[in-house]
Amino acid sequence: MSEHQNATVLLEARPGAPESPAPAALEPSLPATTQRSPTPPSYVWAIETRGLTKRFGQATVVDGLDLRVPAGSVFGFLGPNGSGKTTTIRMLLGLISPSAGEVHLLGEPIPAANGRVLPRVGALVEGPAFYPWLSGPQNLARFDAAGSDSRRVGRNERIADALARVGLTAAADKKVKAYSLGMRQRLGLANALLHPCELLILDEPTNGMDPQGTREIRHLIRDLAENGTTVCLSSHLLAEIEQVCTHVAVMRLGKLLAQSSLQELRATTVERLRVITTDTELARATLHAYGVVVTIADDGALNIDPGEHSPEELNRVLVTAGVGVRRLVLESPTLEDTFVALTGEGFDVAQ
Amino acid sequence: MLRNELSLMFRRRRLQVLLFVLGLVPIAIMLAVRFSGGPDRGEGPAFLNQVTNNGVFATLAALTVTLPIFLPMAVAVVAGDTVSGEANLGTLRYLLIRPIGRVRLLATKATATAVFCLAATLVVAVGGLLAGVVLFPVGRITTLSGDTLALSTGVVRIAGAALLIGLSLLGLAAIGLFISTLTDVPVGAMAGTLGVFILTGVLEALPQVRAIHPWLFVHDWASYGDLLRTNVRWASINHNLVRQGIYILVFGSAAWARFTTKDVLA
Repeated sequence: MSEHQNATVLLEARPGAPESPAPAALEPSLPATTQRSPTPPSYVWAIETRGLTKRFGQATVVDGLDLRVPAGSVFGFLGPNGSGKTTTIRMLLGLISPSAGEVHLLGEPIPAANGRVLPRVGALVEGPAFYPWLSGPQNLARFDAAGSDSRRVGRNERIADALARVGLTAAADKKVKAYSLGMRQRLGLANALLHPCELLILDEPTNGMDPQGTREIRHLIRDLAENGTTVCLSSHLLAEIEQVCTHVAVMRLGKLLAQSSLQELRATTVERLRVITTDTELARATLHAYGVVVTIADDGALNIDPGEHSPEELNRVLVTAGVGVRRLVLESPTLEDTFVALTGEGFDVAQ
Repeated sequence: MLRNELSLMFRRRRLQVLLFVLGLVPIAIMLAVRFSGGPDRGEGPAFLNQVTNNGVFATLAALTVTLPIFLPMAVAVVAGDTVSGEANLGTLRYLLIRPIGRVRLLATKATATAVFCLAATLVVAVGGLLAGVVLFPVGRITTLSGDTLALSTGVVRIAGAALLIGLSLLGLAAIGLFISTLTDVPVGAMAGTLGVFILTGVLEALPQVRAIHPWLFVHDWASYGDLLRTNVRWASINHNLVRQGIYILVFGSAAWARFTTKDVLA
């Protein structure tokens, strides 16, 4: 957990503090060259929701969500358990109907245009699901046959290709009940990739996978993104998101706390200075006298908010005061720091 | 998609066992009749006392024995599982985002269930026929009216009776399909469907509620016997078919109304 205090800029973006105007950086960035035009892709936002709300009885699970996923982005969708991510994804795919608000996928309204839009969307929702008494390919054949655009021609080739992409060719003919969790996850991905899609929605895609599998999925997502597929990815593995995503959104208690490009999110957070010295107390007193905010970490390191002071200047102050500086690092906050700063409660179940 | 649905259904071990047992029941009964010297005349289920004279009657005897419990139970299991089973596995969401239209999915499920009703009846009929023909002599068919019919005519009549019994199960299947859209727990839907069937049977047996008997889907289930009269009496057969049609319409519409507006959370 982070102990530094520098996420104040982002904190101002929380709903409930309307007197502070949201920083411009938290508006999702438009790809500069993309205009709304009839040439493909004819949409600016692969996913766009307006005031999307879902109530179950008294509980408002998703509350006035304005989500915008730029076409061509790799979009990380973050939030603690119970924050409403999966409910949102279910509404995006027309599985449940919103209590209020609207959803546009690939520029078309959902669920009205389900039949036109969903064939161009691949998805993994809340874990894979299969018929345990069928083999992997038989399961995929079933889902393939279900589509309105289903063609029997080339079905076996499509299935073989999809299985090869997720590295499941060898184990394919076992019945799914004999699959491990990681293999089921791979088969779920194969199902999402069975048809060429413009948008891929992946809910926790690396759940249950070994590190090798996680790496493969990361490569797969990069490949897809390079070929122009928009990927929307929900995950708790923040390091994962940080490595592949171009954009992120953070949800908490059904509300969107922030959405922006990863760069812009980084730009709103302030770097901190981490210093290890021979005399922690003297260093703290010296810097305090110099007017710098200092906190001491568990390992004895000083976490310093440098403000307008440069690192070399603070180093000189410490050395002049007779403090031996062993290590001085300028650190950017990780996505995890930012995430925790935004959601406050870390990974606890929020609802 | 229908082809796929049927292969999905019949590849399932549970269904194979169900059909196997349904086929075994008439064979076991016929063996018992053969090696216990045959039933006393006038006792036991209808048609059973004729089996020893003519093995073809084993078909009707088998259907008569399985119609009160075995066949409805099998229908309740399959119909109750249709939508709730997919929801329970989670495969329902992947079918719907493929996408398959909800109406199309429901129609596929309904058709597959109807196919099962006919297949289950066929298995019982064929099981009975095989056992009867092997174990007993075969000859002209004595009708309920007391005349005899040529074997070929008789076999056609008996096949018609089997088909009618298969169609008689469709009303219950429609109820099962509807209940299946109400829950994500297949066992609940199966038990619910079976419960409705038992309740209907109890009501049908109570003379005090005779007024509602014409509305019960089991009311003319015995009408297949009318095909075994020398001159077929069509009245109750037609009533039976119309009644099944009404049940299909009402509960099919209810299933449609429920399923097309349902939030799929499983």
